Amino acid sequence: MKHVTRKATRHVNQNEGLIFEKSSPGKAAWKLPPLDVPDVDPSKLLGSAERKDLGQMPEVSEIEIIRHFTRLSTWNYAIDLGMYPLGSCTMKYNPRVNEVVARLEGLANGHPYQPERVSQGALRIMQVLSECLIAIPGMDAITLQPAAGAHGELTGLLMVRAYQQSKGNPRKKILIPDSAHGTNPATAAMVGYDVEKMQSNARGMVDVVALTAQMNEEVAALMLTNPNTLGVFEQEIHKIAEVMHAKGGLLYMDGANMNALVGKVRPGDFGVDVMHLNLHKTFSTPHGGGGPGSGPVAVKKMLEPFLPKPVVITKPDGTLAFEYNRPQSVGRVRAFYGNFGMFVRALAYTLANGPDGLRQTTEDAVLNANYIRTGLEGIYDLPYSTPTMHEVVFSDKLQAKKGVKTMHIAKRLIDYGFHPYTTAFPLIVPGALMIEPTESESKEEMDLFIEAMRSIAAEVEEDPQLVLDAPHSTRVSRLDEVAAARKPVLRWKPAS
Amino acid sequence: MTPMRYLPKSPSDREALLKAIGARSINDLFASIPAEYRLERDLKVPRQMAESEIVDWFQERSRENGDGYATFLGAGAYYHYRPVIIDSLISRGEFLTAYTPYQAEISQGTLQSIFEFQTMICELTGMEVANASMYDGSTAAAEAVMMAVRLTGRRSAVVANSLHPEYREVLATYAHHQSLPVTATSFTDTARVNLKELEKLITQETACLLVQSPNFFGTIEDIAAIAEIAHKQGAMLVVSIAEAVSLGIVEPPRQADIIAMEAQSFGVPLGFGGPYCGVIATREQYVRQMPGRLVGQTSDKNGKRGFVLTLATREQHIRREKATSNICTNQALVALMVNIFMTIYGKVGLRELAKQNLAKANYAAQQFGKHARVLFPGAPRFNEFVAQTTEDPYAINSRILGHKIVGGLPLKKFYPELGNAALWCCTELTTRTSIDTAVGMVAESERSVKSAKQEADVQEVTR
Repeated sequence: MKHVTRKATRHVNQNEGLIFEKSSPGKAAWKLPPLDVPDVDPSKLLGSAERKDLGQMPEVSEIEIIRHFTRLSTWNYAIDLGMYPLGSCTMKYNPRVNEVVARLEGLANGHPYQPERVSQGALRIMQVLSECLIAIPGMDAITLQPAAGAHGELTGLLMVRAYQQSKGNPRKKILIPDSAHGTNPATAAMVGYDVEKMQSNARGMVDVVALTAQMNEEVAALMLTNPNTLGVFEQEIHKIAEVMHAKGGLLYMDGANMNALVGKVRPGDFGVDVMHLNLHKTFSTPHGGGGPGSGPVAVKKMLEPFLPKPVVITKPDGTLAFEYNRPQSVGRVRAFYGNFGMFVRALAYTLANGPDGLRQTTEDAVLNANYIRTGLEGIYDLPYSTPTMHEVVFSDKLQAKKGVKTMHIAKRLIDYGFHPYTTAFPLIVPGALMIEPTESESKEEMDLFIEAMRSIAAEVEEDPQLVLDAPHSTRVSRLDEVAAARKPVLRWKPAS
Repeated sequence: MTPMRYLPKSPSDREALLKAIGARSINDLFASIPAEYRLERDLKVPRQMAESEIVDWFQERSRENGDGYATFLGAGAYYHYRPVIIDSLISRGEFLTAYTPYQAEISQGTLQSIFEFQTMICELTGMEVANASMYDGSTAAAEAVMMAVRLTGRRSAVVANSLHPEYREVLATYAHHQSLPVTATSFTDTARVNLKELEKLITQETACLLVQSPNFFGTIEDIAAIAEIAHKQGAMLVVSIAEAVSLGIVEPPRQADIIAMEAQSFGVPLGFGGPYCGVIATREQYVRQMPGRLVGQTSDKNGKRGFVLTLATREQHIRREKATSNICTNQALVALMVNIFMTIYGKVGLRELAKQNLAKANYAAQQFGKHARVLFPGAPRFNEFVAQTTEDPYAINSRILGHKIVGGLPLKKFYPELGNAALWCCTELTTRTSIDTAVGMVAESERSVKSAKQEADVQEVTR
């Protein structure tokens, strides 16, 4: 490699096969205590329903399991290792006290159906978190039930539909800007709505004039991400809300980018009627390699009757309880009450910050994104010069002249010790590089990132092949995704 | 203001950054927000706390939350032992703080572990493919029904009343706006699906039948007979499994077309209802209509084995409104817990574990049967059973609670027709002492009801 990688050094990591390849009969990693009740004969109790064989399940010892998963873990990049600038994913520090409190005995082992008398602790956590998550976006009521952001969208649109139905007509369409996350249109379809796409204007924002022309009594709601997926604040948001409300439509806000707003502005104040929050983005619960998430939905007063059931209430005697008698509720979107373990973590994060910490967090997130923009502007094409909030979107236009695309630059970034940014999204920017540093990056880490990105840009000029073939330092090189999809191998099978 | 401990910048760093950007103050960067909406006051959330205060606050909540109680509750959330290495391993930052493994070259750890997870779920369920996880068992069941609708092109479903009532509620929510009528089918006095009724309900218009086995009452369904009825009409059979440990000793529903599972029993804490781990497993031929992420094996430029997310053309980020589902974030870290649990118990341990569950529940049902009516005899059960008492189970439970034991789930809320019935669950963690204590309280209740009745009879005679 020509250019110097100051952040990363290659080091040895261990090879490791599949666990099935280490299995042999007679090894075990478990031990059950002696039975304190009479033993049973399964064939007598179960008859033909008895299972005799567990097929290819592994038989391995405890140390092998520890080594197996520890070795696997070292093949992953993680926030704990360095900057993870995935745009729209908000990969911020996951505080460890969150993990400790979520594992406290009474919380980790609480059964969802245990009597309310012995569930006051969990109910209180849900209530306090609800209060915080209503105050932060400036809404009136909330459900914590949805298990992730997309599930929150589903819940939100179900409420939109129920609300419109209560006004006499569920309406037919949902408006969605062309810059939106894929979950938005997928969700609208699940709730039985047609999707009508809206073109962004030259500044990457909703065109209010076009919206006014498009809005009519067939439209149930507009789903808007704000700041939008370009990291740009919709400056005419209040006008957008007015246009929607004037024709009886609702304004749904995808809260994926709430990390740009907490403590600085409240969506409820600028006209949002319903929105989801991603606790695994803004509120620091770990992404865990793709979940669990949690997607509470906050609403204005008029949508409160439609919240999923149950909701947490305070009884006259001051104790907390679940209220199931909600005749206008959209029903349940999940068994039990949602991803409670994530509620614990999100509340711990909120308490660790307080109002001052939350505001500083937002300011730092926006400061960091602007610093990266300054550091890379001119080196990479900036398709929209509108002010940047918490993330900045460049394009590969300058590098594409040498045949190098955003995905190649992203892969080369791996060699420099960073996780790639989000590639090829939003769709309105061809060859997008979407960078969200979050508040968790120090100046030093960002300087290394900027240096790496500048160095890659120089490599594109001097030796594009080096970038095209990246990554060069990983334990596997570029994987054949086409073959994987053409002839899918989705499970291990013993060699025959 | 004291520095916020999660933020890695000094005031002079912030100054330097602002200077580099060319901004005079931080508020310059928020200038695009219309002035009238900028928040000029503190948010109304609790003040910033020290770590020690946070731990104290949650410890207090933990103590208010049944800390130290034994439990006979199951009903879709099961209290099993969690080997300690599960948390040691999932706490590694490389698993905990990684994103969805889109960048395969630096995500092989997550990808390989999901591939192993998919393999073990296939082995245990008898299916050919399994996805990387769904939110939970309830949403997995609802999504499996939608999948059957897409596969058959038919637009109605039949669902067993013995499916977890909250799963049925979730399905109703999902189906409501898909113009998908859902018909319920009853159960017999063995708690199994009423086959005669099923024959009538399933028609050429039925996309699928959804049943649970072991069902909500702990009874194992006759899957072969049910499958025959469904398949005869060209309908698919979707089987929901809420108690994964049953797979250690109960024959999996191999005749099913789709299995929608809740894997919480495999090493996932009860956690007051979540996060849990749903999974969908099916036959290879149906994979392109399956929702959720899938990991596949492939090789790199040098022929080295590696793993990638695959068949993404089913998913929302590619297909948008035409996707198989809107699911994006799933339950990856929870699936890793499940994976480690399955690896620990493995081929022999899972069976032994399941056998202990069977033995404990069998002993408890026998003991309960001496003083109460154990409903639904005549069909095999796994680790749950329904006991009917003369007295209201809520009243009995509140006395049992005095012994720091949470009694079985009173069924009045879900099945009022069963009267004073409660669903009791025993796992390997249920001790004989707790069983005997609970049975003792039930016996006492029956005695006192009986003597009160005798007294009333005597009064009646003397009058």
